[in-house]
Amino acid sequence: MLIDCPHCGARDLSEFSYQGDATRTRPDPASTDTKAWIDYVYNRPNPAGKHREYWQHAGGCRAHLVIERDTLNHEIRSVALARRDYNGGDAA
Amino acid sequence: MAEYSAFSLLKNAFSGNRDWKPAWRKPDPKPNYDVIVIGGGGHGLATAYYLAAEHGITNVAVLERGWLGSGNIGRNTTIVRSNYLLPESVRFYEHSMKLWENLSHELNYNVMFSQRGVLNLAHSPGQADAFIRRGNAMRHGGVDAEWLTPCEIGRKVPGLDISGSARFPITGGLLQPRAGTARHDAVAWGYARAADRRGVDLIENCEVTGFLRDGDKITGVSTTRGDIRAKKVALAVAGSTSRVLERAGIDTFPIESHVLQAFVSEALKPFVDCVVTFGAGHLYMSQSDKGGLVFGGSLDFYNSYAQRGNLPTVEDVTSEICAMFPTVARLRLLRSWGGVMDMSMDGSPIITKGPLPGLYLNCGWCYGGFKATPASGYSFAWTIAKDEPHTINAPFTLKRFERGAAIDETGHGPTPKLH
Amino acid sequence: MSPRRTAKGGLIDRARTIRFTFDGENYVGHAGDSLASALLANGVSLMGRSFKYHRPRGVFSAGVEEPNALVTILREGVREPNIPATQIELHDGLRVESQNRFPSLAWDLGALNQLGGRLIGAGFYYKTFMGPVMGPLKGTRFWMMCERAIRRAAGLGRADYEPDPSRYERMNAFCDVLVVGGGIAGLMAAEAAANTGKQVVLAEQEPYTGGFARWSGEIIGGEPADTWAAAMTARLAKLDNVRLLTRTAVWGYYDSNTLAALERVNDHLARTPKGHARQRHWTIRADQVVLATGALERPIVFCGNDRPGIMLAGAVRRYVAEFGVLPGSKTVIFTNNDSAYETAAVIRRAGGHVAAIVDVRPQIGDEAAARATEAGVVALTGHAIVGTRGGKALSGAVVQAFDAATGSLSGEARPIDCDSIAVSGGWQPLIHLASQAGAKPVWRAEKQAFLPPEPTQRWVGAGAFLGTFGTRQALSSGRDAGLKSVGKRSSRAKLPETPATELDLTPAPVLEIRGKGKAFVDLQHDVTADDVRLAHREGFVSVEHLKRYTTLGMATDQGKTSNVPGLAIMADARGIAIPEAGTTRFRPPFSPVAIGALAAERYGELKPERFTPMHDWHSERGAEMTPAGLWHRPLAYANAGETVDQAYIRETAAVRRSVGIVDVSTLGKIAVKGPDAAGLLDRVYTNTFSTLKVGKARYGLMLREDGLAFDDGTTWRLGETDFLMTTTTANAGPVMQHLEYCLDVLWPDLRVHLTSVTDQWAGAAIAGPKARAVLERCVSGTGVDNGTLPFMGIVHGEIDGAPVMICRLSFSGELAYEVYCGAGHGLHVWEALIEAGEPFAMTPYGMEALGALRIEKGHVTGAEIDGRTTARDLYLDWMLSKKKPFIGSGLMDRPALIDKNRARLVGVVSLDGQRLGGGAHLVERGNRDEPGESIGHVTAYCYSPALEKYIGLALVKGGKTRHGTRAFQSDPLRKRFGQVEIVSHHFFDPNGERMHG
Repeated sequence: MLIDCPHCGARDLSEFSYQGDATRTRPDPASTDTKAWIDYVYNRPNPAGKHREYWQHAGGCRAHLVIERDTLNHEIRSVALARRDYNGGDAA
Repeated sequence: MAEYSAFSLLKNAFSGNRDWKPAWRKPDPKPNYDVIVIGGGGHGLATAYYLAAEHGITNVAVLERGWLGSGNIGRNTTIVRSNYLLPESVRFYEHSMKLWENLSHELNYNVMFSQRGVLNLAHSPGQADAFIRRGNAMRHGGVDAEWLTPCEIGRKVPGLDISGSARFPITGGLLQPRAGTARHDAVAWGYARAADRRGVDLIENCEVTGFLRDGDKITGVSTTRGDIRAKKVALAVAGSTSRVLERAGIDTFPIESHVLQAFVSEALKPFVDCVVTFGAGHLYMSQSDKGGLVFGGSLDFYNSYAQRGNLPTVEDVTSEICAMFPTVARLRLLRSWGGVMDMSMDGSPIITKGPLPGLYLNCGWCYGGFKATPASGYSFAWTIAKDEPHTINAPFTLKRFERGAAIDETGHGPTPKLH
Repeated sequence: MSPRRTAKGGLIDRARTIRFTFDGENYVGHAGDSLASALLANGVSLMGRSFKYHRPRGVFSAGVEEPNALVTILREGVREPNIPATQIELHDGLRVESQNRFPSLAWDLGALNQLGGRLIGAGFYYKTFMGPVMGPLKGTRFWMMCERAIRRAAGLGRADYEPDPSRYERMNAFCDVLVVGGGIAGLMAAEAAANTGKQVVLAEQEPYTGGFARWSGEIIGGEPADTWAAAMTARLAKLDNVRLLTRTAVWGYYDSNTLAALERVNDHLARTPKGHARQRHWTIRADQVVLATGALERPIVFCGNDRPGIMLAGAVRRYVAEFGVLPGSKTVIFTNNDSAYETAAVIRRAGGHVAAIVDVRPQIGDEAAARATEAGVVALTGHAIVGTRGGKALSGAVVQAFDAATGSLSGEARPIDCDSIAVSGGWQPLIHLASQAGAKPVWRAEKQAFLPPEPTQRWVGAGAFLGTFGTRQALSSGRDAGLKSVGKRSSRAKLPETPATELDLTPAPVLEIRGKGKAFVDLQHDVTADDVRLAHREGFVSVEHLKRYTTLGMATDQGKTSNVPGLAIMADARGIAIPEAGTTRFRPPFSPVAIGALAAERYGELKPERFTPMHDWHSERGAEMTPAGLWHRPLAYANAGETVDQAYIRETAAVRRSVGIVDVSTLGKIAVKGPDAAGLLDRVYTNTFSTLKVGKARYGLMLREDGLAFDDGTTWRLGETDFLMTTTTANAGPVMQHLEYCLDVLWPDLRVHLTSVTDQWAGAAIAGPKARAVLERCVSGTGVDNGTLPFMGIVHGEIDGAPVMICRLSFSGELAYEVYCGAGHGLHVWEALIEAGEPFAMTPYGMEALGALRIEKGHVTGAEIDGRTTARDLYLDWMLSKKKPFIGSGLMDRPALIDKNRARLVGVVSLDGQRLGGGAHLVERGNRDEPGESIGHVTAYCYSPALEKYIGLALVKGGKTRHGTRAFQSDPLRKRFGQVEIVSHHFFDPNGERMHG
């Protein structure tokens, strides 16, 4: 699998570290809603098909990326930097 | 249907093997069952068998999307062990071990459970202490465990690099003598045949496309072979858990599906007797009765339903096996394959009633579903039949995450890929 | 003259004689021979024994698909089992052994298994060996007894335990076009793509390119086909943008057009040149792939089809034309298509004798009839071979009239004398890579073959791979594929001329002749047609059940010649068409790959090693080193005659008495800088860092999101917006990644920059009552007195000219300092410190003493922060800020995490003078043999010179509430049992007077 890092270009899977589901929203840091925290920490959509997920280019620029990838065939549809302000505001 | 035995083999040999009957029937689904088990893998088939054998519930259908045993029961590295650290796990897997020890007789099917031992190698004083802690936990839980010195390890497993100059020198090893390997497909077929003999309908090529409901309550399933109603619907679909639950309206769940690759070398004359695991990485290896070295390592580390992995993992696993057994470098990899693992948030399974009325759930097996097959089926059948958990699966609830009672063998926390 | 070598012809170099041994016998062959061709030339037809029945077997093919002739190569002092004789290039000094036989290949006791015959058919072992339900052989014992014998009989070659001395290497290649297969189509594709200037890699698994052109005897572009192929190859080799890889099997097609290939660099040489790799593992990332992998012939299954001398017809043709070997003196051809007729003609041309051509089809075309005439026979159409005769060699075939439409036999069976049968059941394209790339093959009834699916990745097919056969077709589809791969349309330019052939390669749909006797489908695994039918009878009808129940296609050849016939027999038994019976998905590798080659440069060098700048100093002082993750750290500096235990106790005592020094360079270090740095630390640590003054350090604790403890360490405020965080050695990577995740994903608004500086700083901790005195002797540019450098204070200065940063903090409980300097100065500063310590007999100490000192103080490390403990469990709840949220605060108070009965940190003291053990459990009952339930475990232990006792830290249910009570350490694995007292984990100087002093 090759991932097209916006900073570094297309690089091999072995340079990246998978950081999991990118659809969950972290509750407000001060929130005391345990259910919301449980949902955030433990529950995931885990779809068969299009999956939105974080990867870190650990063996490269170390940026976190938001990737849309098909879990049925590993085809990558889009790659963007996780930090929105680095993307000109069009992703993440 | 005939009992399998040396005598029946002989009798059939004389009649040219023409009189053997199908190992199980191929029935059409009935409109109604007491229990539907979704998933014709090891756990689903075992559940159906124990429902019939232990609880007398025989009006049961097992629905399988493909062919029986097509999931992880036929894609694993066949290791059976109960060498766990936490008391909940020790109790559960040791129950399983006891069922394994009599399984061939119970099923009248040789599942080839061979108690050749599982040896975990330790490579630093800290790791040795951690393994001894686990071994002692096993002993206190009534499970066999022994500590081997590097010298004893060298005698037991020739070919290992036991020199002090190894990159990760071996400081000792935790041996569970009663652990071993079994013939994975035979487990599925044995349970299938035994369940079928007790009246369970095993229905292949029948995919569940939706759930029938009465309000909140699940009352049956829609399938590619029509609607089927049941008092209770039980799910044992491993890596497909999230996909099936989605059809019941549950969109998020504490499971991630990951691909795990497994490997086998060409067949060799006896080379290694017990199962060996390498502690300076993640690797497990044994030799099958056919002679192939069967081995595996870590996940590919990304969500996947593809049953195929990628090259970096192949390279990682092979470099670890070469570090452990430098002679294996010269031998050849014959086949690799991938399975989809249902990775849970603490590395332990979920066997429970719910999460909807009429629904029962069995999932979260991570790397270790094969060895659990008998206890999983046994306790799941108990839970379905009695509407309450058996003592061995009582801790393995879905609620444990809310309570903070994770059963975390590795201590990695809610990062499924690390369990 | 070898008995079977033709007088002339073939591509071998008859001038060069090569000597080799097989099972200890000396033989000669020629350069260009394979082991198989050389053995055949020497009249050796028995080359192996089958897996189950140990039947005598000869070579069946001429290529990678070989199921029978597997041998063990003895080379470089190690054994390499299971190598097909067809894949071994003959070289001087080659030594091989046959396998799976005892005592010899000719006389094999294992052949007695055949007497078991019907008793040991497919899956017999599932039905028996279960043993008695009671008695000494109950449970798994009986089976394990039987299994021992089964394991000895199973397996093929024998491996030894000598480490493989070879070197393997890895190459990465990037190209515009990867052409897999260097046959006619592959060469054309490579040339067409290369001519557009694109970067092209051409990989061919055989030693030479050309494929079919090498032995076809055809004419291409006015020259013999092999000359054409050689010239074409030479042209390609000259191009800068083409890389030709021969002896290179592309075996895996992974995601994103990443392909894996194995190059056999030196296996064909008598000796691997010093320093060279034996094999090379290629990862090729190709923009486009041309699959020109050709097709393999498959057999027709008939009774007695496994005797040595029975071979695929295409292989016979290859042995004659490429190697100048006639596999037999009298050959019977058996076929369902025209391709074998060419084999008949080729045999005749080479001076051989064709005894008969047996064809299942009722009629044949003129072209085939002409070949038969050339071969000197009239084809027996509408006939089939129904049996064979012979023992260790074939002596005859039995033929009978056969109706292809009904599959029925009629008339009288009659024998034909022969010592060779050349069989063809048609050709199956090699679609493995296309299948690996992600899609299911498609069955085409009119071709009686599985064809490649629609591409799911970026590849185009060419040549026989597409199921279209013939040289003309290969030339044009090859060029088209090459052009298509670079985005160009087909060319109208003239192709090299080649005479058309009218031979019809479409096979009649006959892949089995049913009869009485063993008809082998999978030759290596001895799976017979009856086994397939038995599987059907027992309900194992899906193709995967069939494979698993009978082991069809699971041998080293992975069913390359048996899959299609097996499927055809199952389809026939079920009364359905082949595609309804299923197709199997192909998985990597296409052909077996040496495991060492996959490990490549990591073979012998599993993981990188990390050394601190002071490593050599430690080694020279005789320190025993121990792995700590990738690092090597001193365990203890034992003096002559001292054990590690004695050494660490001496070192520990020296620290408490005077002063010691320890290398702490391995601690994780992260530079946290930026206007929001303090804010980030407040969010990731449970305690507050924004209030920390510049020039001071603070101990911090991190939790995971689930509220359990994650890591601890000190963080130093070097400036208003400049922090240096330290982590445990083990968690340096995970903490860095965690912080980066926080910044990139959780709080992208925070203006913080992180840099891992673990390797940039070397560190030494000086601990003991004389620590300050040591520093006073060597530090310049700053005072180190209590006023200038108070507890948790930081100063900058110099040691012997090197800038240093000193923080006064203590892990040992003594007056202690951590001295950091640039890694390049590490050894220099260390030596200066050692020198400064001389008047105080400063003692270097290792991990064991470091551990003992911290245990005496009750400080926690990874043994206690093991991913299952909370801050409360470790009595670190004083660090949980109530004023601000932090990572983990949302879930740390869940009911089970604050349960009273949780295991919490305590100290334990051995009461009987026995040592404690890391991993020993604690129990309440004083019965060694029945210790009862565990109430906790010892996380770390040491002998405390300060207390003169064995002490330890433990996690025990109830924690503090047990202080002052007694329990027992139970360590059955180390066979140790004894009484302990549970005490506070602060054993030594609980009020910290020494470190504040």
